[in-house]
Order: sequence, then structure tokens, then C-alpha cells
Amino acid sequence: MDWTYAPAPESASLANLQPSYRPFVDGEFVDGGGQPLKTLNPATEEVLAEVGTASTEDVDRAVAAAHRAFETTWGPMPGAERAKYLFRIARVVAERARELAVLETLDNGKPIRESRDVDVPTASAHLFHHAGWADKLGYAGLGPDPRPLGVVGAVIPWNFPLLMAAWKIAPALACGNTIVLKPAETTPLTALVLAEIAAEAGLPPGVLNVLPGAGDVGAALVGHEGLDKVAFTGSTAVGKEIQRRLAGTGRRLTLELGGKAANIVYDDAPLDQAVDGVVDGIFFNQGHVCCAGSRLLVQESIADEFEALLRARIETLRVGDPLDKNTDVGAINSRAQLDRIVDLAAAGDAEGARRWTSSCPLPERGLFFPPTVFSGVEQTMRVAREEIFGPVLSVLTFRTPDEAVAKANNTPYGLSAGIWTEKGAKALWTAQRVRAGVVWTNTFNRFDPTAPFGGYGESGFGREGGRIGLEAYLDA
Amino acid sequence: MTTTVRAPRPDARSTGGARLETRAGAGFGDAVRDEASLRRFLRGLPGVDQVGLERRSATLASRSIKKESKLQALDMAISMIDLTTLEGADTPGKVRSLCAQARRPDPEHPDVPPVAAVCVYPDLAGVAVEALRGSAVAVAAVATAFPSGRSSRAVKLADTAFAVDAGASEIDMVIDRGAFLTGRYGAVFDEIVAVKQACGSGERRAHLKVILETGELAGYDDVRRASWLALLAGADVIKTSTGKISPAATLPVVQVMLQAVRDWHRATGELRGVKAAGGIRTAKDAIRHLVAVNEVAGPAWLTPELFRFGASSLLGDLLRQRRTQLDGHYESTDRIGSA
Repeated sequence: MDWTYAPAPESASLANLQPSYRPFVDGEFVDGGGQPLKTLNPATEEVLAEVGTASTEDVDRAVAAAHRAFETTWGPMPGAERAKYLFRIARVVAERARELAVLETLDNGKPIRESRDVDVPTASAHLFHHAGWADKLGYAGLGPDPRPLGVVGAVIPWNFPLLMAAWKIAPALACGNTIVLKPAETTPLTALVLAEIAAEAGLPPGVLNVLPGAGDVGAALVGHEGLDKVAFTGSTAVGKEIQRRLAGTGRRLTLELGGKAANIVYDDAPLDQAVDGVVDGIFFNQGHVCCAGSRLLVQESIADEFEALLRARIETLRVGDPLDKNTDVGAINSRAQLDRIVDLAAAGDAEGARRWTSSCPLPERGLFFPPTVFSGVEQTMRVAREEIFGPVLSVLTFRTPDEAVAKANNTPYGLSAGIWTEKGAKALWTAQRVRAGVVWTNTFNRFDPTAPFGGYGESGFGREGGRIGLEAYLDA
Repeated sequence: MTTTVRAPRPDARSTGGARLETRAGAGFGDAVRDEASLRRFLRGLPGVDQVGLERRSATLASRSIKKESKLQALDMAISMIDLTTLEGADTPGKVRSLCAQARRPDPEHPDVPPVAAVCVYPDLAGVAVEALRGSAVAVAAVATAFPSGRSSRAVKLADTAFAVDAGASEIDMVIDRGAFLTGRYGAVFDEIVAVKQACGSGERRAHLKVILETGELAGYDDVRRASWLALLAGADVIKTSTGKISPAATLPVVQVMLQAVRDWHRATGELRGVKAAGGIRTAKDAIRHLVAVNEVAGPAWLTPELFRFGASSLLGDLLRQRRTQLDGHYESTDRIGSA
């Protein structure tokens, strides 16, 4: 029987959207000196709000304010006192979860189910986790009295705007540093609401500064001489540029960059759950995930059966209005990103991979790309080598565990990997040989503040989360 | 009312290596050649990962079904109910009252569809047949020493024949969990085949639902094995539970069973059904199961022929939610007739 789910949209008014937003410097929202930008809803391409951006002078002022706060209030403050502010911010993020989730979905295009069930709760969890560390840093195994570094400059991407802000702010502040954060040009809103929450929590002025803007603001920030540490999440190309710029300055750097993760499915895998995991691995957040499982490596003996199951499962994905609670795949964040996905998919066709596209209907307007699978992909093809950062899965096959590992490692990246087998010994054997910072076994895309996250090779260095993640923000 | 007890068929053999009674679906002849083959086949099925399975269930449960799709779901769920009474205290009066509601669940709203069947113990099947004559509602009877299944093959077959002779058009049998848990899959298989034969043949053959009693099995891998075992032996429908054991029907268990009928269809082209019985008391829970049917097995299973709810109190909540959808407010349960 045909049963269509009626639209079940979350109310956009919950986002408490303002007509304009401004940079947050030294405890106040201020008029930025940069050219204001308009942030769009990618599901409709309509303007959501006007956002003031930072000029070079604003960057100077923000870094100076952060330095002052580090010297006078936040740096000298006992950890137990810092923790109180972080706990309060974490709690308010949880309390305002619905508002933040709707705002995130409007600005980013991700399904409300994900912003509601993943982004916002995980951001809050990250803040809670680090709040708990603030007075226990001497027991983190990094030496008896680790000291904060000073002023952190952080630049974050558009795929998880609030979550990435929390990933930078929480450890920086817990460890006693102050921070200047630049959210992505296309998704500045939730970071600015987070600044508002911090201000309402009474966070001393200058401890957190948020400077919206494009790449020029990011460049001015990461190159600023007043910083003691730079934390960047974004593309490998920009990461390399930052590393060149910081070489020899003595400033600390952590980079979390791109990926082309392999999801290895052995023939003894729990097949139905492997199918779900592969789907989750590549279509979660429209594939705008640096650790996305964009290469499926499936054992040749089950490849046909597995692909049939996979396609049937992908057909059930609902693509559409991100605010609809039943949407599984939302909008592509920007026109530029959609063009890039279209181009790389065309390269897949040109190089002889077989394209399969879900028959799901797409909305008539807005930025959308249907779930797509390329079969018969070879290691040499661009769709197997380059990060597409979209809902496009490349399927490759392997014959033996050795070959699976060799193919998984045959990439300049090394952020994450997935292993699917019911044999524990085989899972461990594979995990030890796969060069990736995060390895999931019989699951994928699971994030927890206690688990360190970070990459190898061109996926960057440094870890975020867990005990070891504190090291990046401490002089130990 | 009189019924005759048919002589049970002789026991099928079920010793290791013995030839199994073969009634298996197309393409699986090898799997049921003998007990060893059957064991190899069932043990060779892909495993079920508990964490992933339960995660998918949680996602399915988060679907938001509103407005006309909810109204459609409520009517669909009503039409899929096996309205059940299985108590030692059951009487003809109680069964007749249930049958009246089965025919017309909400007389104030005649557009509410009748339920799929009324499910009773064998000795009351005749009463139900009488009360439902002329309606589209079927009579299902539990049999085979329900709920424990702990009796001789002869008694179980006699129990089945007794229900069929009384006019039951659907038989809900229980598998021998003792045999299953000791790895004697052949014995379980043979018994299902024998009960199926006792269900009759041709036009008048009773539909066979095989209860796995998943709450007594050792996890999701066992649910998958038992599902396949029942399908191989000829079950028309695989059913979660007797309702006498907790946990009964849960979304992850039903998901595994839906995967089994989906895979069976893929392999043989035959459509077999699933019945979620026990523990589903609210419209919300029923709709979650319909979402799972829709997305795991497929829309083809959204029919009373292929999906059922075994429930006694679910109907009341479905009717109440249905009125709420139409009237815009909740009504006291006492304003809706209840058997």
C-alpha cells in the first residue's frame, strides 16, 4: 500500500532569527569594519540575515582583548572557577537546543533530525566534558602543572558550525586560554548565538571573541602575531598555507583537514547493519563530513549482493526540506559546493565509473544533489582520490584483507576508516594497519567528547577531544 | 457445538542426519536436505550487530507521522489487528463481545475498517466463527500447546486439527524453543511442516503463523535463524511472541524479522508476512512499526495479508487517536465502546 508521509516541518520561527548579526569583540556585539555579508538558506537560496564582518583592525582589537583577558582575568582564574562558566554555557546550549538546531538547519541546510539529535547535543556534551577537566588538568597525564598557551586563533568550517565552534572553544577555555574564533562565511549564525550565550553566562570580556567574515578575515587572524596558537578545521589546501605561514614563528598549530575515508566491508560482516553504516557514513550531513566514508571497499565475493542491498536502502532516503523532521538528506550548503560536487561526479562519468542515482524526488528550488553511487571505481580515478564533500559514494572491491588495507591506505589522507566484520581478531588486525586517526568497527560517524579525533598525513595533525586533546591547548 | 479430533499424523523423524520433511520454498532445497545442512545454512546467515540494529530502530522511531498520513496509518493499523483474548477465564460471552467490536470497531464512525482477525484459544474458535459469520474478519486460533509448546507432537497436531475443524482459518503455532535452544533445528522444522499439514490443504487450508517467542531466544542472531527456519518450513507468517513472555514485540526484533521476509522475497519471489504480537499498546508504537514495515520490508507489506498486530488493548488507543485526529481533541475512553 502506498503511504506518503505528510510534511512534518519544524517551525522556523523557533530559530528566533534576527535581521542582522554583528561581530562579538571584548564582551560586546560591535559594528564590524568589514563589508557586511548576507547569509543564505541553502534550501531556498533566500537571504536569512545580514551579518557584519571584521576588518583587519577588528582582528587586532579582538586579539588585544583576548590577550588582556588572558593576562588579567581568565589566565589567573583557578580552574574550578573557569569550570563554572563552561558548565553554565553547556547547560544553556542544552536548554536552547531547539532554537540552535532550527537556526543551524536554516543556515547550513542540514536536516533538522541531525541538528537536533547530533550537532547540538554533541556540542553541549563537548562543553560539559571540558568543563569537567578545567580543575583537573594536573591529572591529565601531561605533567604536574600544565600551563595555558595564551591566545588561540580558531578558524572553523561550515559543515558543523556550532559543533566545530564548541570543539575549539571548550578545550581552549577549559585549559585557561582565551580565543578569537572565525566561523565560516556561509554559516556564521550559531557561533554568534553561542557568543550571546557566553555573554549571558557572564563570561569575562575578551575571553571569547567571534569574528564573522570570509577567507581574508581568516588569513588576517591566523597570521596575527598576537596569537600563541592556531587551530584550523577546513580544507587541506588552506591548511598547508597556514602551516607555511606559521613555520618558524614558534606558534602552536593543529590542523584538522580533509579526508577520503575507506569503509571496509568484509564478507563476514553483519550485512544489514553494514549497509546502514555505509549509508550513514556517506549521506550523513549530505556527505559534508571530513571523516565521511566516501570510499566503500567491499569484498569482491559479496559485492553484487551488497550493492543491491545498499541501493535498496538508499532508495528509502528522503531528500528535501531540511526543516522537515522526516528528511534524511538536506540541502548542499552553497552554490560553489554544489558546483564542485557536480564537476567531480562528471569526472567519475568521464573516467568510466558507473553512476547510479537514487530515484528520490528533489525539491524544485534550493541547492540539492541526489544520493549517488559510483560502481566499478578504480584507485586511479578522481572520484576515488579527491574529497568530494557531498552525497557521492565510490565503490571499490578487494579480494583479501591485505589488499583491503593497501587500498584503504592508498590515499594522501588519513582521517578515519570503518571496518565491518563479525570477527574481532580481524577487526583488530585491520585497525592496526589502517593509517587513519579514527577507526570505527561495526559503526561509523560516532562522535563522543571522550574520544580523540584527528588525522594522519594530509588530514592534518593534533587531536580534539579526550584526554589527549587537551595537550593541544596546554604548555605541558 | 461439536468438533471431531482428527487423528494426528505420525511423528516426522528428526534425528540428526535424518531426511527432513521438505516443503521448502524454491531454491532452498539444499538447505533443508537434512539436519546438518539446515544447521549449516542457519549458522551461515549473516550476523546481526546489536548496536547498529538498535540505532536504526531508534531512527525509524523518530519519524514524525502527522495529519493525513497519521489518519491513514491509524486505519491501516486497525485493519491489521488480530484482536486477541487468550486467558484461562475466556468465555463465549467474552469472545462474542470481542467479535462484535472486531466487525465494527467504532459504531459511531462506520468508516473505521474492521480488524483483520479475532484470535482465541481453539475451544472458543467455534464461537468466534459463529459470531463473525458473514464478515470479512477471520478467526485465528492459537494451537500446539500454546503458549509453552511443551507437549507431545501428537497433542500439538490434535490441538491444531481441533482448531481447524472448528473453523479457524488461521493457526498461530509456537515453535519448540527447547529444541531450538539445544540446536535441534531439524525437530523444530519437522514440527512446523507437520502442523502445516494439519492446517489442511487447498482452498480451505488454514493460514499458518509461526510464533518464534523471541523473548526466549538468545539474541538477534537467533531471531534471524528462527525466522529463516520457519520460512523454510513453510510459515505463511512469522510472529514474534505469544504475549505471555516479556519482552515481546520490540522494534529491533520486528526489524530483523522484516529483513527475513524481505530477503525471502528477494530470493524466491514469494511474499511472506510478519506479525508483531505482545507489548504494542499505543497508536504511537503501532505507527513506529508501520514505519519499519514501510522502510525495511517495503510498501508491499503494508497490508493485513502481510503484516499484523497481535493485541488486545491497542485497538482502543487507535480509535481514540483516530477521533482526536478528526475532532481535534481527546475523548474520554468511556465515550468509545470497548469489548
